[in-house]
Amino acid sequence: MTFPSFFIQLLNGLTDASSLFLVSAGLSLIFGVTRIVNFAHGSLYMLGLYVAYSLIQALGRSPFGFWTGVILAALVVGVVGVVIEVLVLRRIYRAPELFQLLATFAIVLVVKDAALYLWGSEDLVGPRAPGLAMAVDILGKRMPAYDLLLIAIGPVMLGLLWLLLQRTRWGALVRAATQDREMVGALGVDQAKLFTSVFFVGAMLAGLGGALQIPREPANLDLDLSVIADAFVVTVVGGLGSLPGALLAAILIGVAKAMCIGVGTVRLPGFEVDFSRLVLVVEFVIMGVVLVLRPYGLLGKPPAVARAAASVPPPLRSPRWQTALVWIALLLAAPLVSDDYFAALLIDIACFALFAVSLHFIMGPAGMISFGHAAYFGLGAYAGAVLLKRAGLPMEAAFLLAPFVAAAFALLYGWFCVRLSGVYLAMLTLAFAQITWSIVFQWDSLTSGSNGMIGIWPAAWLSGKTAYYYLAIVCCGLGIAFLWRVLFSPFGYTLRAGRDSPLRAEVIGINVRGFQWMAFVLAGAMAGVAGTVFAFSKGSISPSATSISQSTDGLVMVLLGGVETLTGPVVGAGLFTWLRDVLARETDYWRAVFGLIILAIVVLFPQGLVGGLKALFGRWQERNA
Amino acid sequence: MSPSVLEVDGLHKAFGGVQAVKDVSFALSAGELLAMIGPNGAGKSTCFNMLNGQLVPDSGVVRLDGRDIVGLSPRAIWRLGVGRTFQITATFASLSVRENVQMALYSHAGQLGRMLARFGTAKKEEADSLLAQVGMLDQAERSCGVLAYGDLKRVELAMALANSPRLLLMDEPTAGMAPRERVALMELTARLARAQKIAILFTEHDMDVVFGQADHVIVLDRGRLIAGGRPEDVRNNADVRAVYLGSMH
Repeated sequence: MTFPSFFIQLLNGLTDASSLFLVSAGLSLIFGVTRIVNFAHGSLYMLGLYVAYSLIQALGRSPFGFWTGVILAALVVGVVGVVIEVLVLRRIYRAPELFQLLATFAIVLVVKDAALYLWGSEDLVGPRAPGLAMAVDILGKRMPAYDLLLIAIGPVMLGLLWLLLQRTRWGALVRAATQDREMVGALGVDQAKLFTSVFFVGAMLAGLGGALQIPREPANLDLDLSVIADAFVVTVVGGLGSLPGALLAAILIGVAKAMCIGVGTVRLPGFEVDFSRLVLVVEFVIMGVVLVLRPYGLLGKPPAVARAAASVPPPLRSPRWQTALVWIALLLAAPLVSDDYFAALLIDIACFALFAVSLHFIMGPAGMISFGHAAYFGLGAYAGAVLLKRAGLPMEAAFLLAPFVAAAFALLYGWFCVRLSGVYLAMLTLAFAQITWSIVFQWDSLTSGSNGMIGIWPAAWLSGKTAYYYLAIVCCGLGIAFLWRVLFSPFGYTLRAGRDSPLRAEVIGINVRGFQWMAFVLAGAMAGVAGTVFAFSKGSISPSATSISQSTDGLVMVLLGGVETLTGPVVGAGLFTWLRDVLARETDYWRAVFGLIILAIVVLFPQGLVGGLKALFGRWQERNA
Repeated sequence: MSPSVLEVDGLHKAFGGVQAVKDVSFALSAGELLAMIGPNGAGKSTCFNMLNGQLVPDSGVVRLDGRDIVGLSPRAIWRLGVGRTFQITATFASLSVRENVQMALYSHAGQLGRMLARFGTAKKEEADSLLAQVGMLDQAERSCGVLAYGDLKRVELAMALANSPRLLLMDEPTAGMAPRERVALMELTARLARAQKIAILFTEHDMDVVFGQADHVIVLDRGRLIAGGRPEDVRNNADVRAVYLGSMH
């Protein structure tokens, strides 16, 4: 690479860094004060782009129209943030952390469909910035003037935020709450007002980040999850709660991505490396390295220890075997009375039930939240497909070996993940899942890339719908039974003990990390089984099996049913899969309907469906006693 | 006198510029109760954390039965027979009282890795006999998350006894208890120590407990050991009265 093109790529990286910083700063601010991991933050960014597009259309493509449109768009998104806070999140600040996460997932779904309804599914290409559309000559290369302005906006906004936080009473409250929320509450600060205002500012920053991109990036409906992944990475690399850290990380990642594009294909003796393929992975590689070297990010500090005892998870109860027998009998009898369509739905439910139970296994009892569990589901699915089609193994062998591939990756990824805890751990799991996704997506010769693989059918003796139905039910059922059994073994108790008190576990001789690592591998292997069964039931597999939305689907299933009960994830998986199937046939806006159902459940049953129904049932029994 | 179970020699620890523990040395033999007293911030908890491996001292030696244990992890030190209870109790809140003790017993037996055995049935009698010793058998089924503070201290003691320890480190074992309960618990501890030849180091703010139960007392002030000896000698020590007891009157 010549120096001029190096310099231009550097500037390109800095341009991307500005918007990335704005989004991440908002996310970091909201997390710092409210402790809510706002998955809907990417949706707010996406809204910023769409709203700016419409406003500029309405106001005219003059410099006045453009800049008024951008600023109004940011304010509108800020107001949307306030609405979300007041209508939903304010009601569940006392609910368990994971439930708040579920609520923000639901908001993602609702916002996505609202945008689909208002702006349609076509990508919308925005106007160039009036007055700044020309290119500036730099070292013989051309650079849009607007991009140079964007480069300046990042540090300027950091300066403004710094002034706001250091020089105003509001800023002092935000800083105090970030350090010690309980103490700020104890001192009589009106937390509701503080949280609402922080949501306004945070959402506005996301909206501004989106609106400013309108001349550079078309508005589209996939931005929500891709931007939230980027913003998570930036916040975690910079250190949660640190704004200068967010800017530093945004610059690091923006520049690294631009450089990967700039370097292109490099010929080394013997082989060539195409760096542009690394664009999708490079930020996650940076995150992985940073988290392993500095577990709290570049400029972050270890989180303050919560003073009040965290809510104590109730003891786990094993499902009654009588109930289990009834279910087994019903499932075995199902093909006798149902059509092929219903059997296929039951296979889907079985796969997702095992997927959700394996996710619950590490999230609930082992206390490790994963945002990237789809990696192991997808690896199981792809391993089955690759062993069958590329290695030419018989279907039976591919089917049996595939879960071990998922387990092997869980062994590798898990080694890094168990070194962290809480949000940082969750983000690292997301990073590994994204790395997996981008490898699957780009390795054409092995995985057929974005097209996915087809023709993954079971062996002849298993290919009847009924035969495969029984295979699926038995595999997934045994997997679920195995994981549940383990939870009531000394191993399972040790996981719960390590979650309840790592300190006590250590001083009675328990290697908590070692146990967590093994739990990670078990859960990965079982998710792999679910993925393999799924792939052979569909006959095809696409990269979406390892995508973020597959991971969040799993989280929604677990949280919907309730993380504190064993049967919750199964109920959640069943309900989710069935509802999606029914709703998707009825309406194009099934996501929004689904999101609204989740929001209703979140507000009405803060312990999840199974937990909430149990509590209701308990009250009913008391009244009738 | 029997050879020392625990020998501490020239222990140092600084946090940033603050010397939390300066040149602390003492020894403890089997069946002996040694009370470590001193005002808040004297360095007692820091000392404890260095003895069971949660902190690594800047310099100094800690010997358990003659073996240097500095640099070992807490779990390795537990395996050598050191039990620990905490100033702020740490138990497994979602498990029952009995299950908490069973955890320690399983760990002692090296059977935690079993994935297909049922947890509940094995080691139940052993757990119950430990709970009976500390007077918690009647609450064995209750969840640790709902226990009174004083009862949690007893559960911790039962867990610490589960690996037949050589040495027990008890950080404020009676905090949160009624005065009569305190004396009863320390009498129980003293009986166990003598019967099972366990060396016990404890910190305590209740002077009735200290002077009633301890065989020896050492006094820490601003990280330094300022006095040590038999309880009546320490009680009459002029330095101790000035910096410690004096501050209470």
